[in-house]
Formats: sequence, C-alpha cells, structure tokens
Amino acid sequence: MMGPVTTRLTQLLGARGWAVLAALVAVVLVAIPLTRAWLPPEHPLYLSDYFVLLTGKIMCYMMVALAMDLIWGYAGILSLGHGLFFALGGYAMGMYLMREIGTEGQYQSHLPDYMVFLDWKEFPWYWAGTEYFVLAVLKVILVPGLLAFVFGWFAFRSRIKGVYFSIITQALTFAFMLLFFRNDTGFGGNNGFTDFKRILGFSLAEPATKSALFAVTGLFLALTFLLCRYLVTSKFGRLLAAVRDAESRTMFCGYNTRDYKLFVWTLSAILCGIAGALYVPQVGIINPSEMSPANSIEIAIWVAVGGRGTLSGALLGAGIVNGAKSWFTVAFPEFWLYFLGALFIFVTLFLPRGVMSLLNARRRAT
Amino acid sequence: MTGVSDQTLIVEGRTMGLGHVVRPGEIDLSHGSILYVDSVTVSFDGFKALNDLSFAIDAGELRCVIGPNGAGKTTMMDVITGKTRPDTGKVYLGQTIDLTEMGEYEIARIGIGRKFQKPTVFESHTVFENLELAMKADKSVWTVLFQRLSGEQRDRIHEMLSRIGLTERADSLAGMLSHGQKQWLEIGMLLMQDPQILLLDEPAAGMSDEETARTAELLQTLAGRHSIVVVEHDMEFVASIARKVTVLHEGRVLAEGSMDRIQNDERVIEVYLGR
Repeated sequence: MMGPVTTRLTQLLGARGWAVLAALVAVVLVAIPLTRAWLPPEHPLYLSDYFVLLTGKIMCYMMVALAMDLIWGYAGILSLGHGLFFALGGYAMGMYLMREIGTEGQYQSHLPDYMVFLDWKEFPWYWAGTEYFVLAVLKVILVPGLLAFVFGWFAFRSRIKGVYFSIITQALTFAFMLLFFRNDTGFGGNNGFTDFKRILGFSLAEPATKSALFAVTGLFLALTFLLCRYLVTSKFGRLLAAVRDAESRTMFCGYNTRDYKLFVWTLSAILCGIAGALYVPQVGIINPSEMSPANSIEIAIWVAVGGRGTLSGALLGAGIVNGAKSWFTVAFPEFWLYFLGALFIFVTLFLPRGVMSLLNARRRAT
Repeated sequence: MTGVSDQTLIVEGRTMGLGHVVRPGEIDLSHGSILYVDSVTVSFDGFKALNDLSFAIDAGELRCVIGPNGAGKTTMMDVITGKTRPDTGKVYLGQTIDLTEMGEYEIARIGIGRKFQKPTVFESHTVFENLELAMKADKSVWTVLFQRLSGEQRDRIHEMLSRIGLTERADSLAGMLSHGQKQWLEIGMLLMQDPQILLLDEPAAGMSDEETARTAELLQTLAGRHSIVVVEHDMEFVASIARKVTVLHEGRVLAEGSMDRIQNDERVIEVYLGR
C-alpha cells in the first residue's frame, strides 16, 4: 500500500518542495513560538509582537490568495467579491470575541458597548449561541459557504460568466458593506467589533496568546496550501483548467461544469472565511471596510502580481504586495495607492504571468 | 418528480404496444434508426435557422450533411447536442430517449460526441491528459476528486494515441499541435467516450491533402461501429467517404440520396453545387 501513497506525495510536491515546506512549518510552528517563550525580549533572536502580528496578518492574506488563485487562476472565474467571504468569517469569529469580553466593556454590561449605546436591552435573536466557540467555528465555515453556494447556484445556472460575473460579485460585496454599515444591522455599524479581551479564556494581550495565534495561522496556511496542491495536481484540477480553457468542450465530454464551478467557488469562499476568522483575533478589529470593493480588487492584484495559475505565485504575490504595503503606508502613506496601481499596470504589461514567471525563467536558465 | 415518472410510463406504454420491452435510459434500436430529428424549428429573431427539419440516421451509418452557408448545419448540431433548444419539434436517440429534454453533459454521457468546426481541445493540457479527461468514466465531482488512472485505462489511452497517430506527441501540450493534429486529437477525445453517434463539424477543414486522405480513412474504419454524421464543405472529401448525403437548404432537407444522385439533382445544382 505504501507505493501509491508515496507516488501521490511526490506528485503533490517534489522532494525540494517538501523540504522547504517542512522547514517553514518548523520555523513558524515551533522555532518562533519557542524563542518567544524562552528568550528575554532584549535578545536579538526574539521576534517582536509587531513582527508576529504583521506576518500573521500576511499569512491570512496568503490563504485568501490561494483561495483566489483556485477560482481565478485555475477555474478562470474572476471574483471581485472575495473580501466579503473573508469579512464574514471575521465577523463570525468577532461575534464570539465580543461575547468573551463579558462585562469588562466601557459600560460594564453583558451587552457589547455599541448595543448599550443604541439602548438595546438584550441581544438580537441572531446572536443566540455566539458565546460558544464551537458554534463560532461552524459559522466561520457555514456562513461564507452557504452564501457562496446560493449565489453561485443561481449565477452558474444562469451561465453568467467573465466580466459580468466579476461585476456582480463586486456589487454583492458592496451591498453587504452598506448593510453592515447600518447600526440597526446589529454588528456595530461602521466601527464594527473591537476591544477584544480574550479567546478561549486566554488574554489576547499576552505574548504567548499572540504566538499561539501566529502558529495556528501558519498551520492552517500549510494545510490550505496542501489541500489546494492536492486539488490542482489531481484530475479534478485538470478539469478546472479544462473548464477555464474550453468550457463547452468540457460539457461535451460529459462533465456538468456547473457542479465543478459551484464546488470550487464554495470551497474558495470557505477558505477565505477561515482566513478572516484567524485574522480578526490577531489584528483585534473587524469592520465593514473589509467588504469595500477596493479590498476585493486588491486580492485579485496579489494573485496577478505573483502569477495566477501557480499556487506559490499566489503566496508570493500576497507576500510582496502586503510587505510593500506595510512599508509604504509608514514611509509614504499618501503614495501607496499610486504605487499599487503602477505595480498592477507594470505586471500586466511586462509580466503577464507574474513574478513567478521570472523565477521559473531563471530556474530553466541555470 | 411526478412529471418524470409520468413520462416514463407513457414511453413504456407506447413501446409495450409495439410488442417488446424497453428499459428507460437504454437506446432502443428496434427500428433501425439511431437518431430521429422530428420536425424541428429554431428561429433567431424571426429568422428560421431550421424550418420543420426532419431526417433519420441509421445505426452504424456514415452520413454527410452538406449545404450552403446559413443552411442550418451547425444549428442542427447545436439542437442535437442540447446547446440550442428547438422552438418546436423533438430529437430522439433510438426510439425512446428525447434529447430536447436533456442538458449538454447528459447528452454527451448518453453517447453523442461532437467535434466543433474550430478544433477545440484543452490547449494547456498534454495530449495524454486531453484523452484522460475525455475518457468514459464516472464524471461527477465527488468521484473525480479521488479518481486515479488504472493500468487498463492507461492502456486504452495509449491505444487511442497510436490510432490517431499522436503517440510521439503524448506529452506535448495540445496547444503546440498542428491544426490537423488538433483535429485528430479532438476526434480521439470523442472516441474515448465510446459514443453511439459522432457529430463532426468540418473534420477536414484546414488539413493538407495527405491529412485529409488519412482522416477519410479513419472515418471509414469507424463507420459500422459508430454512427457518424459529417458536416462538410469539401466536396472531394465528401465524395471520398459518403455513402448517403443529405443536402440542407434554408433549414430543411432539400435532397437526400447517394452522392451520384445528389450531384445530378437539378435543385441541388441550383442552390449549391452550381455556384
């Protein structure tokens, strides 16, 4: 039985790929949390809270980039609404984190501050059960998943494709943003959720909690990567590319392409939701601006910059763009958007297959 | 649900009357014909692309369909394969299966393969992978997620590669093939599905003389095992393979018969050959 499993593993990633992955996992899951636990903060090898927060955040974005690459790079469906699924996962987790505050808010009520401010006396019905972590985890998966499934079911059944599909997803995230901006919706209006105190009873201000969240994010990123890798190296992945390149031929080969699109679309949304849920406890805030159309477009830019249709390209793109962003928004905050736009134009014109194509070209040359 | 079972009952009732048992979903060839197009009309913005079109294809037959541009040849294929729904009329596979009620993928699964006018293959996949994806198998999402090629399936693919003359190109991307090779790959993909009927839209278009001759040869060997409908412009090619020819004009059958008869038919000469 070992034979086929081993061949499948080497198909999944080459020997070098597995080595790199194992090394990264060891660093993120073991080395960084342990050095942060044992070394004094003055030690040169001690990585600061700032570094852990920033890389943790970027790892969440990398998960989103993988999800985006699956649907856009492989299946050829450009979503400009993936920020919505990310935000919904974040809100599902945020509701639980709000309950964890308990009565330690400004008004010492069991209700979140904004509800007291709105003069609400009790939680709205849809907050029922939000104090349970397990239910929060379920909602992180089910809410984005169900929304994507229902939306996709109608969109793919009506054979909405290409730019029309992209525009509708953009409108979808915009509509949700307006909905979440309203105070009456019950999710804190434009302030969203913030001032979290604890997760599962552990203080979010503790360096150890931060390390743990960072490690969990790394674990989920690695799992997401392996899942995506499994999909794209299997017959299923070849079929996604077939749908992208010649959908009618795929149908005339006897595949119900609608099911395939719906499956990968829903899966992609769920992955974004998980990323959002990991993001919120680390950055400590979730608000409707995460649903802004510009955010979703930025996700597509990460993947385009890195190189769509290659998973490592998606990871690289999310890393490069967000790394540049965190530096730029400190050094020249007002120029960030110009830079992002210029980067996108440059990549589109000169590197249509992304930064990844440069690396591949070099590897082939040597 | 009731609609479906009612329909089955009617179908069974009708065939019971004819004195033999028919299982739903199985192709009934008791009357010799495998495909009936029954008074099909399709109009686009008032223009009748197909106008009360009727004809039948016998099991194992190799039929050529010719006709001037706009005669409705491609629309006819669209209707048979489920891409276009007719305004009126029905298309039957065998005696019992109504294709106008089915989706494209279902029609493909039940045994109708279609080659497009412009060769359509999966260009970013290798030739081998193209055949793998086309091969007859369970094609639902959940199965495909865990499907692996068996040794037997691998052999089938290699057999097909040698049959369409692409063994040496097995690992090349399909996008790198010449035009003629893409045409053959597409035909090979259809054959991997074990189809009952092959619909071929201009299989010799853009081929060299030698390639055309080889294609004609290939089609000759396929006839008998499959029913084949070829839409073609190239008269020489049609003459080299045809046993029976159907001429379409303005969405209907203008004439039908052997190539000799067709070439001497006054009306055919007027609308098509004479120009």
